[in-house]
Amino acid sequence: MTPHVILRVVSKFLIPLIAMFAFYVQFHGDYGPGGGFQAGVILAASVILYALIFGLDAAKKAIPPSWVRIGMSLGVLLYGGTGVATWFLGGEFLNYSVFTPDHPSHGQHYGILAVELGVLLAVASVMVAIFYAFGSRQPDLTDEDW
Amino acid sequence: MPSTIILDIGFMAMLVVVAIAIVRLRSLFAIVMLQGVYSLVSAMWFVSLDAVDVAFTEAAVGAGVSTVLMLAAMLLADRESLPVPMSRQIGPLIIVVLIGLAMFYALGDMPAYGDPHSPANSYVGMDYIGRTADDIHIPNVVTAVLASYRGYDTFGEAVVVFSAGLGVLLLLGLNGNAGKWRAKPNGVRISKAAAPAARRRPLPKDAVRKGDAS
Repeated sequence: MTPHVILRVVSKFLIPLIAMFAFYVQFHGDYGPGGGFQAGVILAASVILYALIFGLDAAKKAIPPSWVRIGMSLGVLLYGGTGVATWFLGGEFLNYSVFTPDHPSHGQHYGILAVELGVLLAVASVMVAIFYAFGSRQPDLTDEDW
Repeated sequence: MPSTIILDIGFMAMLVVVAIAIVRLRSLFAIVMLQGVYSLVSAMWFVSLDAVDVAFTEAAVGAGVSTVLMLAAMLLADRESLPVPMSRQIGPLIIVVLIGLAMFYALGDMPAYGDPHSPANSYVGMDYIGRTADDIHIPNVVTAVLASYRGYDTFGEAVVVFSAGLGVLLLLGLNGNAGKWRAKPNGVRISKAAAPAARRRPLPKDAVRKGDAS
């Protein structure tokens, strides 16, 4: 897709910023609006934008489908595993206070961090996976289609 | 009249206009784009209602990812929808009118916007708002409710997202190769070697690019 110079230059500049904004939303979720779900979608949007501009094959080289497949299960496992860990520490399922019995609120911080990371992984991977699944089933767009 | 109410009415009017345009249009490309516009306008409306987290999600999911996914799905189908005969539109119209009337009937029982005594603003909601600062020590009550107080629900949501992705992958395959398996029950091959939708269907000549924005 050589003719789309403006698209390529602008998106090259924007994609790192979008990905960085996703992580800002993720780790600032305790203080402002946002969290794992929004961050995951924004992160997936950066990958999808890359795939739209530079082609699906290039995107699959950057983020291989096998990572995506592992990521979506790892995210759910991380969330569920946090709950199982609280069980083993003697608390209820997803009662993060048991991580640090001396400071229950610190444990809540760690727990929220872990489950939000799980949501981020699951959502970002699933969005990219659905895009890969749909995108792989059609021929490459010719210039006329743009 | 407070200025936010004027804003709200303006946003709702824009939503109605966009919705009517979506219903009237035939070009699927334009419809997908207008759905993105609809999500963006409703995100702005949520901001004016002070529901920033919801607005954020609506803008990211509704206007961003789902537009792209609808586009990708649209490219596998025809570019224009077939006109629906009037006789098939009467049934849905009756249902929509009935549900709309029922909603207007129920409107009288709704609490006023921002009413401090409404069920949403009393009981358990106030409890969470009051306890978050002591229990969790984070300023964003929404995150505290989502990830800690209602962690079960969010776990369920994560599993729902995972199952949606799993379903799509089982149907379509991560590389578009879901149809490339072979099975031979009783010596008869029942599957094809290539995914069936890999080739684009040719459009009828007169249907191409009529009202298409591309």
